[in-house]
Amino acid sequence: MKRRVAIVGAGITLFRRRMLETPKELSFEASKMALDSAGLTLKDIQSVVSGSAPDAFDGVHMKGEYYLDGMGAIGKPHERVYVGGGTGVFTPIGGWWNVASGLYDTCLCVAEEKMSPLHPHPQYAFWSIFDQILERPLGTTLLWIFSLEMRRYMHKYGIKEEEIAEVAVKNKGNAVDHPSAQLGAKITVDDVMRSEPICEPVKRLDVSPPSDGAAAVILASEKVAKKLTDQPVWLDGVGWTLDSTHWTNRDLAYPEYVEKAAKMAYKMAGIKNPRKEIDVAEPYDPFDYKELHHLEGLQLAGKGEAPKMTVDGVTQRDGDLPVCPSGGLLGVGNPIAAAGMMKICEIFWQLRGEAGKRQVKKDARTGLAQAWGDLMQVGTVAVMRS
Amino acid sequence: MWNATNSDAVTIFPRKSYSKQFIADFPDGFLPFQIGIVGVGYAGFDSMTPGLSTRELMFEAATRAYEDAGVDPRKDVQSFVCCTEDFWEGISITDEYMPDQLGAVLRPLCTISSDGIIGLATACMHIMSGIADVAVVESHSKISDVVNPDEIASFGYDPIYTHHHFDADPRFLAGMEMARYLKETGTKREYCAQVAVKNKKNALSNSRGVHGADIDKGIVMNSQIAASPLTELESSKGIDASIVFVLASAQKARKLGDQTVWIKGIGWSSDTPVVEDRDFARSEYVEQAAGRAYKMANVKSPASYFDLAEVDDTYSYKELQSLEAMKLASKGKAGKMVDTGSFDADGRLPVNASGGSLGVGHLLEATGLHRTLEAVMQLRGQAGRLQVPRAKKALVQSWRGIPTATGAVAVLGN
Amino acid sequence: MSQKITSYQGREITPDEVKEGKYLDIVYKFEPKYSWAAGVAISRFLTELKDGKIVARKCYKCERILVPPRMYCEQCYRPTDEWVQVKDTGTVNTFSISHVGTDARRLKTPILVAVVDIDGASPGMGILHNLGEVERSKISVGMKVQAVWKGSEERQGAITDIRYFKPI
Repeated sequence: MKRRVAIVGAGITLFRRRMLETPKELSFEASKMALDSAGLTLKDIQSVVSGSAPDAFDGVHMKGEYYLDGMGAIGKPHERVYVGGGTGVFTPIGGWWNVASGLYDTCLCVAEEKMSPLHPHPQYAFWSIFDQILERPLGTTLLWIFSLEMRRYMHKYGIKEEEIAEVAVKNKGNAVDHPSAQLGAKITVDDVMRSEPICEPVKRLDVSPPSDGAAAVILASEKVAKKLTDQPVWLDGVGWTLDSTHWTNRDLAYPEYVEKAAKMAYKMAGIKNPRKEIDVAEPYDPFDYKELHHLEGLQLAGKGEAPKMTVDGVTQRDGDLPVCPSGGLLGVGNPIAAAGMMKICEIFWQLRGEAGKRQVKKDARTGLAQAWGDLMQVGTVAVMRS
Repeated sequence: MWNATNSDAVTIFPRKSYSKQFIADFPDGFLPFQIGIVGVGYAGFDSMTPGLSTRELMFEAATRAYEDAGVDPRKDVQSFVCCTEDFWEGISITDEYMPDQLGAVLRPLCTISSDGIIGLATACMHIMSGIADVAVVESHSKISDVVNPDEIASFGYDPIYTHHHFDADPRFLAGMEMARYLKETGTKREYCAQVAVKNKKNALSNSRGVHGADIDKGIVMNSQIAASPLTELESSKGIDASIVFVLASAQKARKLGDQTVWIKGIGWSSDTPVVEDRDFARSEYVEQAAGRAYKMANVKSPASYFDLAEVDDTYSYKELQSLEAMKLASKGKAGKMVDTGSFDADGRLPVNASGGSLGVGHLLEATGLHRTLEAVMQLRGQAGRLQVPRAKKALVQSWRGIPTATGAVAVLGN
Repeated sequence: MSQKITSYQGREITPDEVKEGKYLDIVYKFEPKYSWAAGVAISRFLTELKDGKIVARKCYKCERILVPPRMYCEQCYRPTDEWVQVKDTGTVNTFSISHVGTDARRLKTPILVAVVDIDGASPGMGILHNLGEVERSKISVGMKVQAVWKGSEERQGAITDIRYFKPI
């Protein structure tokens, strides 16, 4: 029995480099705000789905068990879904199957990440995502695969670093209007180009920061949603795909896994021409080139054509296809799973016309959020309609 | 200061009170619930598997499961679910290393950081929501790759309130829980030992039973103390294995052969992670999970409904607690019933006829799948020397281990 | 945030407050230890590295030659069939100049990293490794490279038995 599923409430905490709140407390704040905004209490929630990236950040083994009281999951069925960086958008997808299957009428979906506990730097956790025998002995960092992928993408399509930098400028600029944002700023392409090289071609301002934060949404079945609100946002398409473990055997210039995930979601939502039918998109942008890469995988830009779209201003808030009007991970911050959920929240608010200063110019009826993760491997996609 | 309430949001959204009437237990037309288990495969079941990497072990298990179900993973399967935890693998983001050996490359695959039965529930939801006709669930233990499992288990405790107060064997929580259970229910200490005697004996007939033994209660109670009153022989030991299940919608299952075992009800729940707040004498999470599964499967009198049960016996007393929580024994009576043979392999209700975790070995997040595997073999009539005559209905239950209070229950039938 | 909500929860801690010790924190060094079984494919791969050779596995169905080797073909979903020795030369698929180490600290000497597509394996079959004996500005995508091995007594059956790849 497949049922239509709606988002009826959303909540978010501040995103900051280091927060006083524990993972439980961050989860609580986001969940509380989501419940309040839906006019619900915890009693009305039948199941809970949570998302969080590696346990190594928070510094707790089985952290899904550790934080579950913060999100009100005591005495309820709770499952933690986990696909690396793709987890944020995957968390409401987990909620979607809880409700769409008919098993539950209401589901609270919470994504939390507290990266600051890990010392000397959160990046260290990423060392252990690599193959323990063939790759870790080389002194790997996560930045390597991004810089290798960015280089391959630039090489294949003849893209310039300056074109890619436009994404950082746009997103950090958009984030100035996001009250949760960590790194909103008005910067120029020149600032990006002159920022210190970290892993060439990646420079400091090409990268999103490590952050602490949480975000949550509440899902309900069609019947319940219509009683709760006259402005439900429908989660009409979901998709996810994992590519092979062997990332060094893959075409790094194009994210086929995002294409497959998007096609799954589009098929479910009945979308035939995504470029025409999607009004606003929040693709995953932990690095500026990633937004471009993902727009192409999502079929919102032709292969190698996303940079030109960006330079031409198509992806600005007042453009034909606003992309990351929230400010994205580059501007709002990147508490991994919470950052993906932030994108879901943003599309929810955009489609309800509640995004305030961030509201896109066009009349947005259909939106999309996407996250990416693992070893250049995971695509998670959600299509939403007002 | 940290505010306990978001007062601003509350004033903007005045809270309404919703009656339960439009949030239903199950929507119209949802029941009867029926998802088919159409294939199982496993590899390992040994203390160590040094010749194979985790991925190679999984490939063996998956190949057997697909053969058993008669499906090609590259064509016929629409969703793959793996149940793993990062620190048991020594890899952050373990789903990275899952797709290839399951035939899941460029397919929907995800990790559920939980026990295998919750993985089965996830696959059921994928099928019910129309994403998949056929879905695969995998979980494994490669505990022999872990040099210091106690360090990892301890790291599961709350880092601020619990972990740093104790430099103890992580099983101290089991010791405390057992002591409280014995005191509150008046269960005799030796009844717990009898659980270990029974399960280790049963495992001698199981080709997967790594920790089978023919011993008596005296030996169990006099073995080394793990966390008083719990002894080492009452504490299951980790072994390696990978287990793969192939699930299908009712319609698809009927096309895939005649040895389908049906999942008729499934539930899972969690108690508080704050260990000090728990009622140590009873397993509330099992009560809730079983309540949901029974409702789904329309089980009215659990004590007389089932032909066999495979329940959590990570520690001896857990089996007794679980039996009571699932109403297979009345409160405080499970111990006596074990002692008088009611739950023996040839008793009124065979419980852990396979040998359970104490007799076979503990499989981390794959423990729930192990119990389900043993029950499926019984319901198919393929359990060999372990076979329970006329087995038609089975109950399986799992717990995620220390320090969690999360567990899952499934009702199976053929 | 929705315009209906005006306050956002969360309290930021600044680096200064951390230095002052204004908030309680609990320090713990987590030390899990593993001895991973390398398995059939990688054990052989490492053994051959010790002998100064790179080996691959071939799938007879799709006829691909796979590096790093695996005992199953992920495309055909069947066991792979044969060991094949491939060359220790290859082509730079992509590269990066890393100024940071695993814990994000700045390095005095940057590390040169590349995905090297190995000659003799199927097209696009690359491995991750370092580059050496090359000026940073001279590295390019498509550059031909060769493995520089450690001396035979130094080799221990590890990926680091190859010191790096150098241009040829």
